[in-house]
Amino acid sequence: MSHSSHKLRLNPIACEAHGMCAELFPERISLDEWGYPVIDGEPISPSLLSHARRAAQACPTFALLVEKDKAPA
Amino acid sequence: MSRHHATVAEAAPRAGAPDGRSLPRLLAEVPSREPMSLDHHLAVHGELPHEHRHGRRHESALIERVERAGLRGRGGAGFPTAVKLRAVAHGRRPIVVINAAEGEPASLKDRTLSELLPHLMLDGGELAAQAVGAEEVIVCVCESAIAGVESVSAAIEERSGESSVRMQLSTVPTGYVAGQESALVNHLNGGPALPTFTPPMPFEQGVRRRPTLINNAETLAQLALIARYGSTWFRELGTPSQPGSALVTLSGPVAYPGVYEIEHGASLTSLIDAAGGTTAAARAALLGGYAGAWIDGSLLGGLSLSDEHLATHGASLGAGVVLLLSQDACPVAETASVARWLADQSARQCGPCLNGLDALAATVEEIAGGTVEGNASKRIERLAALVRRRGACGHPDGTVRLILSAVETFAAEFADHARHGPCEACDRAPELPLPARSTRDARRREPVTF
Repeated sequence: MSHSSHKLRLNPIACEAHGMCAELFPERISLDEWGYPVIDGEPISPSLLSHARRAAQACPTFALLVEKDKAPA
Repeated sequence: MSRHHATVAEAAPRAGAPDGRSLPRLLAEVPSREPMSLDHHLAVHGELPHEHRHGRRHESALIERVERAGLRGRGGAGFPTAVKLRAVAHGRRPIVVINAAEGEPASLKDRTLSELLPHLMLDGGELAAQAVGAEEVIVCVCESAIAGVESVSAAIEERSGESSVRMQLSTVPTGYVAGQESALVNHLNGGPALPTFTPPMPFEQGVRRRPTLINNAETLAQLALIARYGSTWFRELGTPSQPGSALVTLSGPVAYPGVYEIEHGASLTSLIDAAGGTTAAARAALLGGYAGAWIDGSLLGGLSLSDEHLATHGASLGAGVVLLLSQDACPVAETASVARWLADQSARQCGPCLNGLDALAATVEEIAGGTVEGNASKRIERLAALVRRRGACGHPDGTVRLILSAVETFAAEFADHARHGPCEACDRAPELPLPARSTRDARRREPVTF
């Protein structure tokens, strides 16, 4: 079954620890002691997808990506 | 891709192929000072075989041969070379990069190849270019490796009339992460020699956005021998899972530290013997360099230099670094200075690396100074978990591996320092090589073989 799901991915070089993502998507993103996001890389359930997208759009440096992840064939 | 064509072409070993069981291979007739000339190189290894592909649709026979040889990358990661070659062979106008930008302070093998055997690695670059359909080869050498830069530059000039590809030299700013693949691509595209966010991986989109094959200098030198003598010859040394020979940089309390060519699976004892034996008892050995792991001195007698065996001790050969630490050194002070150097080598691009490695180095420094408060090992574990897998490159993970391994291997010494502060050995001159203080004695160690 080639079912596609979504995952969060962070560009750690672009990330400047603004922290918006953790605010908008606390279900999957927390901040470390320096303010950088710690991301849960598990697939995002469809019910949470809009939160993930909002967090990614809110990132001032576009460091957070919501990527389609093809489930292993 | 047609396998059909490829299978035809496993050339019988050349009539003059050397005995597959004998060493040295790469270091055959290696000069001690001047680089080996093109004439001398051709006299030792024979003419460069040509590997033209039969049109774009057919795979080069060399790739099949490299696969059968079981050649893996010698830059540290050990990725199968044939897979890498195939990944760019299908791309449009690929570029080949020879990576001799050796940033590891405890490794001298790529520097040695650049300085003394430039034609062997240039052969490998040329052959790889033919195999993947590239017309351009870029050789990356550390700008601080002055003799290597001169030698490679002269060697490119020497073979310019005969080469089937365009070759050019690029000097890379010296740095621990500068030799990382995406950092090299960044540098060659006019940016700083610092890692970038991947994907796209270099094989997808690298130098000038073209598919780019980046291979370590030794990997390509090995490839140049496989192209000449075949995969069966290559496998006559080494272990089934790690065939062939390898260049190893041995340093620490041995009579003749330097670059040696060993058979994979050779015993550490035989390597030390070849280096004239130890000059002091070894407290431990660091395998794989500053992203590697320590092995306690009590285990060194039975150690075999293959990744399969080293994995049972949580270590690997990496880029071929074997560093002995003498019984007289303080492992805590040594770890503190290396950890600080590694933290300073952060590209300062990723938050967890920039902050986490600094915090880890500070913790080790506090332990070494006896000023650490609270549960130091808990703190190291927590910081390690915060750093791991969160950088754009492998630098934070490698540094964490080294520190955790030191804390485990030297548990008694760490506990003693945390409680009582510096020991007598803390004041000794550091043994572990770091560029700031070792540029002088790291130069011109003569390569030796056994």
